[in-house]
Amino acid sequence: MANKTAESISREEFFYGHKACAGCGGSLAVRAALKVLGQNAVSVLPAGCMSAVGFNFPQLCFSNNSIISTFAGTASMLTGIEAGLRAKGYTDFTAVGFAGDGGTADIGIQALSGAIDRGDNIIYICYDNEAYMNTGIQKSGLTPFGARTTTTPAGQNIHGNIREKKNMFEIVAAHGIPYAATASIGYLPDFIEKVRKASQIKGTKYIHVIAPCPTGWGIAPDETVEIAKEVVDSGLWYLAEYENGRFILNRKPKQFTDAAAYLRKQGRFRHLSDEDIAHVIESRDRKWEYINQNFTYGG
Amino acid sequence: MSKRFLSGNEAFAEGIRLAKPDVISAYPITPQTIVVERLSEMVEDGSLQSEFIHVESEHSALSCAIGASAAGARAFTATSSQGLLYMAECLYYASGGRFPIVMMNADRSTALPWNIYGDQRDSLSQLDSGWIQAYAENAQESLDLALMSYRIAEHPDVSTPFMVNLDGFVLTHTYETVEIPESEQAARFLPAYETENRVDFENPKNLAFSAGPDHNYIFKYKAHRGLLAAADVIAETEREFAEIFGRKYSGLIEQYRTEDADLILITLGSIAGLCRESADRMRMQGIRAGVIRIRYMRPFPNAEIAEALRNAKAFAVLEKDISFGNEGTVFTNVNSALQKAGLNIPGQNYIGGLGGRNISAGNIEAIFRGLVSGAPRVSFIGIGGDGSGE
Repeated sequence: MANKTAESISREEFFYGHKACAGCGGSLAVRAALKVLGQNAVSVLPAGCMSAVGFNFPQLCFSNNSIISTFAGTASMLTGIEAGLRAKGYTDFTAVGFAGDGGTADIGIQALSGAIDRGDNIIYICYDNEAYMNTGIQKSGLTPFGARTTTTPAGQNIHGNIREKKNMFEIVAAHGIPYAATASIGYLPDFIEKVRKASQIKGTKYIHVIAPCPTGWGIAPDETVEIAKEVVDSGLWYLAEYENGRFILNRKPKQFTDAAAYLRKQGRFRHLSDEDIAHVIESRDRKWEYINQNFTYGG
Repeated sequence: MSKRFLSGNEAFAEGIRLAKPDVISAYPITPQTIVVERLSEMVEDGSLQSEFIHVESEHSALSCAIGASAAGARAFTATSSQGLLYMAECLYYASGGRFPIVMMNADRSTALPWNIYGDQRDSLSQLDSGWIQAYAENAQESLDLALMSYRIAEHPDVSTPFMVNLDGFVLTHTYETVEIPESEQAARFLPAYETENRVDFENPKNLAFSAGPDHNYIFKYKAHRGLLAAADVIAETEREFAEIFGRKYSGLIEQYRTEDADLILITLGSIAGLCRESADRMRMQGIRAGVIRIRYMRPFPNAEIAEALRNAKAFAVLEKDISFGNEGTVFTNVNSALQKAGLNIPGQNYIGGLGGRNISAGNIEAIFRGLVSGAPRVSFIGIGGDGSGE
């Protein structure tokens, strides 16, 4: 599906003038998604990086209708906006949420589950930078194994985060949601296509996009896109969809690139021992065994 | 107009049917549940055209209502006790965003210990959340407040969410004969909700934003002004309500035989009827007793209470609430009103009804006698002084 080019995407900007860090992956995800959804998108952003950088009165950075929700309330506010606009007779709009990994997998999971259960006609995009970055890099349910955060310090006794990343994509899919997808801003055309596809499906849609954070990951600002590619190429993330009750794998690397190299170039993983890295690779291989058994490969 | 035999919850639901909210977010909690049950039935039978949303928590109930209000829709939800506390974050959000949502709260005790019965510690703990807070006495007033609340909350000078409180069980589950207005009358009384504080596809808006120290302060000031402005709008709304429906209400407080009263008992909610009866009995015994029922805790009737108490020799506040470590919150508020008016009238605070414990006519007469004899400043009915040594 990766046939988008720079020429085929809208030149209109809906999210600009904000104060995100240089190289911010989250802001790229929001910017690209809004280019697809256009002027009549109503975006909901909970407490988190994108609301913190975009909504500082009087410097308001969305040129489409946008609102901050409570931290836990992205999905429930989307529900209310969608129902309210529909009740007022509007039909041509998209209610879209952009929540971080903590706002989605931790504090916001209940409201998200409720919205999917009700089948509310919304798009929920989780921009996953793998920790609570807005508050200064604390562990979330989506922080990967081994990552150093300010609440999972890498010391002699414990080497960063000891838990695996929560499997949000399949948790969401288990609701029987009409459409869910994983993506990475390293594969932007794939992400854009998934947003477009989601916008044409009725019911609840969920897109989980990896959006690296140079500040929290310990990489240079100009490495964001590259590292977001590498996480997919090394098999530590995958591009997939869930639709009509089936899992579809969109990209199947013939051979994984070096996962150890991916880890070692990031400050948050620099402390990992060879054993730790072996553990990461083992987990990856188990995951791919599962994917190969349960997902259908297709574009 | 028709008459029906309804509980407080059912009467409130009838009022909401007349107010025609666009969106209802519903989550059950005892003793509020019957409101959302009745509303779901009205949506099912087509007599109410609302989006009825089965949210998965009280936090989502109010968050959803905020979203609906931000879309320019009229929104309703209802809660009680633990549910009110669970959604507390959203209370401040709704008022700060100036979203005129109406919510019914069935006043109920708060855990621990667990208890489903009525007291007012839930709503009184949220006085600072920026909502208009009304306390109904009976089922008719519940219905009428359901209708009036939207008009007050949505007034452009006010733009403030509105919490209508009904005493759990004592009011929510007690049946009375209630007059139900005709929908044409209700439509004349309550115009459609119009606001600029909403999603606008012609001129897109950034809503519910952040504001730094300088601006934040101004927004808080404006929210305060909005809540204060509700006092005049309440008066104006009640005038028009009386013209259309023939029922009169008396603004922020309701007074009973206070004009020449030496001893005035101040209370709120459904216990007021028993207090008025007790005042009558006191008067038969030669004690000039009166009652003030506070109808609105926010905006607080500072001037009205001070004026009503001006010539009293003593007053008592009876409330189903205690702010642990201090006194009843209503008492604190009443004393502040007197202090601002330069009045120094001896007052006593009676805490009762916590966890639904009965307050008897005898208890209330004992309060009036306590005012004669000078009882401890803060007393727990049936227990005694507060142990503070006063």
